Amino acid sequence: MSAVEVAAVQTDDDLRRVLDDDGKVISGVTVPEVSDEELHHLFDTMLMVRIVDERMMRIQRQGKLGFYMKSLGEEATHLSVFPLRQDDWIYPSYREQGAWFWRGYTIEQFLNQLFGNCKDATKGRQMPVHHSANWLNMVSISSPVGTQIPQAVGTAMGMKASGTDQVAMTFFGEGTSSTGEFHVGMNFAGVSKAPAIFVIRNNGWAISTGTEKQTAAKSFASKAIGYGMPGVRVDGNDILAVIQVANDAVARARAGEGPTLIECVTYRVEGHSSSDDPSVYRNPAEPEAWGPRDPLNRLRGYMKNKRLWTEGMEKEISDRCNDEISKYMALAEAHGAPEVESMFDDVYQDLPWHLKEQKEYLLSQARTKNPHLHN
Amino acid sequence: MPTMNIIQAVNNALRIQMALEPKSIVLGEDVGKFGGVFRATSGLYDEFGEERVIDTPLAEAGIIGAAIGMAVYGMRPIPEIQFSDFIFPAFDQIVNELAKFRYRSGGQYPCPVVIRTPVGGGIRGGHYHSQSPEALFVHTPGIKVVIPSNPYDAKGLLLSCLRQDDPVLFMEPKKIYRASRGDVPENDYTVELGKAKVTREGDQVTLIAYGAMLHVIEEAAAKAAEIGISCEVIDLRTLMPFDIETITESVTKNGRAVMVHEAPQTCGYGAEICSSLYERCMAHLEAPIGRVCGFDTPFPYSLEHEYMPNAARVLGAIRKTLEW
Repeated sequence: MSAVEVAAVQTDDDLRRVLDDDGKVISGVTVPEVSDEELHHLFDTMLMVRIVDERMMRIQRQGKLGFYMKSLGEEATHLSVFPLRQDDWIYPSYREQGAWFWRGYTIEQFLNQLFGNCKDATKGRQMPVHHSANWLNMVSISSPVGTQIPQAVGTAMGMKASGTDQVAMTFFGEGTSSTGEFHVGMNFAGVSKAPAIFVIRNNGWAISTGTEKQTAAKSFASKAIGYGMPGVRVDGNDILAVIQVANDAVARARAGEGPTLIECVTYRVEGHSSSDDPSVYRNPAEPEAWGPRDPLNRLRGYMKNKRLWTEGMEKEISDRCNDEISKYMALAEAHGAPEVESMFDDVYQDLPWHLKEQKEYLLSQARTKNPHLHN
Repeated sequence: MPTMNIIQAVNNALRIQMALEPKSIVLGEDVGKFGGVFRATSGLYDEFGEERVIDTPLAEAGIIGAAIGMAVYGMRPIPEIQFSDFIFPAFDQIVNELAKFRYRSGGQYPCPVVIRTPVGGGIRGGHYHSQSPEALFVHTPGIKVVIPSNPYDAKGLLLSCLRQDDPVLFMEPKKIYRASRGDVPENDYTVELGKAKVTREGDQVTLIAYGAMLHVIEEAAAKAAEIGISCEVIDLRTLMPFDIETITESVTKNGRAVMVHEAPQTCGYGAEICSSLYERCMAHLEAPIGRVCGFDTPFPYSLEHEYMPNAARVLGAIRKTLEW
């Protein structure tokens, strides 16, 4: 199939699927190669995201955390990173917790960032869910959507210029496809044939704005045709289909065949963030309809059929995860804020005179109490 | 020692650095085969190839966004924005991304991107080929801003920018791109960032400027000398971080100063310089610090010659500080 034919997919019939809603393999489809061990790891990761999300939103509601964003229902899309090597790069947006955990980001590191404490790898510089981990080649998250798209392409261009077979993957929501940066990044990638993979999490909603207000195109994947790259629509709640499509995209990029756009069709079961209230703008029956397509349940069904899942096993993962969260949450809360003088670090490599003066001034002043302390 | 203009000096610096650092990549609109609309990247495409001298699609946000991605990956990108008037589509990438990457990642991701862009008026380019937006970027923590006034400094400052790890906006005064000529050593040398230069010593009034306006204040100082007024002339060279010591010392000594730039006056770069000087030199000041700047209008086309600060207006400001 040529690139252009792939890009032209426009209807639900073209949605790539491997598993049905119960986790049974649909007859006649190819199942990607995933070992039993990898299936366990995928299941662990998705369950972990779900548990972490639940616990974090609970403590946000208790006033212990300033802000949080859940991924309920979208966990499988995060694992588009499955085929990546550790030396590949990821430019996430703010709703791909699973990509971080898959890559090796720990619950401890995750919590320290949320609390912005003195152990946070980003030194308390950003609000919750804006992680950064250079040891995992995962790039610092930005709130303005889409800015990471041309950046990921730049990294991919750098990889190409360096003659490596590394690839760069970037994530964003379907609302982000309306930004100039989406167009600019896709176009740069198409023209330069950079080894980039664009993963759209089409979860139906950009805060309160539905997909029909983001595009008049029949699908987000179809936009790829304008950039001379393949666009693929995949059932984003079907972990095996997501992996299959990601495998193809990564293989193409590594082989020097250029970028791919993947549209993961999924659904944001809950609000945009802890600050959102979806009951104001959408029918509560809508998320319910997505219940049967739950990605974790489908993977569970698939593993059950392969005799890889037991209730005991799930309970063990769940208990371990909950214990870890409790342990590190207590520590994360106990760790204080970063030292006040650290405010002036990392603006530049070295401290220029004016920042030195401002730092000395601040240190000479009485400390201000944090009115937002959550404990 | 060869004589070069600013374009040749910039080109020479780029060639030296590209040869020395294989990770450096030039990218931008028309920078490749054509060598840039002002010819600053001339010959680089032939010498270093299309993977390292990249003609990009026409989108400034993409040029800077891609440069950021290259830099965090470990490359040393040198993007060109064809005119600084065209920098605004990339404003978010520069202000929210490039300048913040190191800080927001807790130091994990330095972002050594050196953006080159022609700046300023005086070339009959109208509003969209003449603006001086430097203050917008000086007001952005995390990025350095450098504007040379002559070929020697252009080469040495650019090489310094390319050999440190902070993002820099390197603005090239296009009015004097070719007009400013001087001896430029062919060898590799640097001019330190953050250091101003006293280009003329004097003991009555301190004149401060940068870029193309340096030549205007030098002309004013020469005219002032003819009527017996002794002016000290300071070329700031680096706007962020600027050389507070040199200007403080000079203004403390002379007690009078005039700040000149072609960008609009209100909240312009001169406002910060004046304020910093008042904080440090108040006891020594004999008169308010004069400002000769662009007016708070959009940059006009037909009346450009009236808009641009000139030696006569600077001389007027010098007299005013003396007569106060």
